[in-house]
Amino acid sequence: MMKLHKKLFLLALLALLPVGIMGNAAMAAGGKAKKLPHNHWHFKGLLGTYDKEAVQRGFQVYSEVCSNCHGVEQLSFRNLGQVGGPFYLDECPAGFPESLDCSNPNENPYVKQIAAEYKFQVTDGPDEAGDMFERPALTSDRIPGPYANDNQARSINNGALPPDLSLIISARHHGPDYVKSLLTGYKEAPETVNVAPGQYYNEYYPGDMSLLIKDEYRDEEGHILKTVDVPYGGVFAMVPPLFDGVVDYADEEIPETVDQYAADVVEFLAWAADPKLQQRKKLGMMSIIYLLILSGLLYLSYREIWSKEH
Amino acid sequence: MSHESTYKPGTAIERWLDKRLPIVRLGYDSFIDFPTPKNLNYWWTFGGILTVCLVIQILTGVIIAMHYTPHVDLAFDSVQHFKRDVNFGWLIQPIHANGASMFFVAVYIHMFRGLYYGSYKAPREILWILGVVIFLLMMATAFMGYVLPWGQMSLWGATVITSLFGAIPYAGDSIKTLLWGGFAVDNPTLNRFFSLHYLLPFAIAGVVVMHIWALHVSGNNNPTGLDVKSKKDTVPFHPYYTVKDGFAMAVFLTMFAIFVFYMPDSLGHPDNYIKANPVVTPAHIVPEWYFLPFYAMLRAITFDLPFIPARLGGVIVMFSSILILFILPWLDTSKVRSMRYRPIAQLWFVIFVFNSLFLGWLGGQPAEGVYVKLSQFATAYYFAFFLLILPILGLIEKPRPMPKSIADSVLKKPKPDTQKSELAASGT
Repeated sequence: MMKLHKKLFLLALLALLPVGIMGNAAMAAGGKAKKLPHNHWHFKGLLGTYDKEAVQRGFQVYSEVCSNCHGVEQLSFRNLGQVGGPFYLDECPAGFPESLDCSNPNENPYVKQIAAEYKFQVTDGPDEAGDMFERPALTSDRIPGPYANDNQARSINNGALPPDLSLIISARHHGPDYVKSLLTGYKEAPETVNVAPGQYYNEYYPGDMSLLIKDEYRDEEGHILKTVDVPYGGVFAMVPPLFDGVVDYADEEIPETVDQYAADVVEFLAWAADPKLQQRKKLGMMSIIYLLILSGLLYLSYREIWSKEH
Repeated sequence: MSHESTYKPGTAIERWLDKRLPIVRLGYDSFIDFPTPKNLNYWWTFGGILTVCLVIQILTGVIIAMHYTPHVDLAFDSVQHFKRDVNFGWLIQPIHANGASMFFVAVYIHMFRGLYYGSYKAPREILWILGVVIFLLMMATAFMGYVLPWGQMSLWGATVITSLFGAIPYAGDSIKTLLWGGFAVDNPTLNRFFSLHYLLPFAIAGVVVMHIWALHVSGNNNPTGLDVKSKKDTVPFHPYYTVKDGFAMAVFLTMFAIFVFYMPDSLGHPDNYIKANPVVTPAHIVPEWYFLPFYAMLRAITFDLPFIPARLGGVIVMFSSILILFILPWLDTSKVRSMRYRPIAQLWFVIFVFNSLFLGWLGGQPAEGVYVKLSQFATAYYFAFFLLILPILGLIEKPRPMPKSIADSVLKKPKPDTQKSELAASGT
């Protein structure tokens, strides 16, 4: 019996082998993005949580740089002060009245200050005269984005629509590695390709560079010469956003480099996309331990009950 | 019920109730003293697991519906609101989304089990057919559920699948317009899908009741495929199978919990975290994993036949791949129920399982080049298994000797020596 099954299994594996080879061959054709480097993220793994200070710095990078073009429409200021959020406080810092409950995001002094001083104001209204008006944000407001609507965004950006970033990490394959690579992956375009004005070359952007190969590297029928390699990546409309030193960190020990900014903003965006990760992992651990104990007890009961039958 | 009732009302109120509505008797005879073959293995625990899946989906779904807004401008944000701002929404939404996948894992195992042990054969044809009805309803429900969050894959998956109905001659366009409630997948589509997604699970629950009713008339099949002959062959359902099913459920829920808590997005597609956009088509439109084998068969038909254009051919093949299960009880000619005693059928069955997994893998690949040829080959095997292999094999295969009864099969294992010579004799 056993032998037959083993043989069948091997047979099936053999049958799948050529498929794997052909699969790789099929992938090789056409343009593709460079393979993403693997980063270590604080929030990965069974017990991983967000690095609170990195999320704070990431929020600073977002609000000083990214927010010029991208919104985070799913986030409210109060989220910054919730459990697992970058400005959450167990208790109030020294100097605040005891009646204040700083674990409540709406009373959290940092969150209140961030909302009140945010670079964009909130459109509210209509007032008694029926007019809309601008006012400073409250903790309960959504974090305002740079544009009134998508049409305005397109008209300012030559027709391109900068995507909202609140879920960007979840909305891309290998989101954290992809976004970090994209932010650090801008390069001078190779000699062999034409890049239109207003477009920027990036090794990690999922495009097809074979379409942009210059005519002098093609034969008379337009086929790309065998001697020319199609470069990785693609072109898109986002201006390289980060430069060394563009954001001033309060902590002198943290390097002010593109790499560090990118890592920090990914930490922030990962939190923005999945703000309940910490609660989820904590409850998950308890649930799984509970279920394992339950399984063990049920197995022992099963053995006990069936021992009378066999 | 197939067995005599042994219920004795113990209290005055039970005696009073028993004369008016013998509901306690029904429960007792069905789930306490129901005689169940004593040799059921772990593959038989998935019926109970599936019931748990249905209950979990309905409970979590009812709560999500309290917070969900079926409107193209609001649906996506209402799901995010539920996950971010509603108490335990972050837990309930992933349970519901991953629950659909767990439901299909369990139902596929349950179906393969039925296929291997011949659980569709007389007298269980209706039981099997009701199961196929449940499977079809599940597919419709899951498909419409995936549309509701109104992400990119929701919209474009719905567009691809509903467009299939357009391939039906004459009535196709009208059916499509009726499904859409207009001329594209849009707000009316979302509204009717939400309504049906809420309705169908209760239809499933209704058919499940009939499925269990039919089960309790014919009794459980078992790994030997032999009929129950005496009391020695059975044990009462409780506590023997309540405890065994309970253990299997706890293990299944552990696996379920690993997905929900530690990789809630691993079975979904990142594109569904992008709001639906009717003017941007995703690079690859892929259905959920549990539809991939059928999607592969749909795309395998790339050639026109007389009177049947390729597109219609694909639709016919895809729907036939499920409809064929309805007539399976009459396609298999073997007198022997369980493949345990059918060495050649076993081989073809194992290939069938791998072929199904292979089709699933193909469904996730782009429909071009070598994948199309491989899909055609795998589709051909899928149908050949039902239309050629099972009918012919039943007539020519010499089964292995079988034990006299279920009790015998449990007590006396044949010696390894004799088994080997039997294997040789039966030609493997």
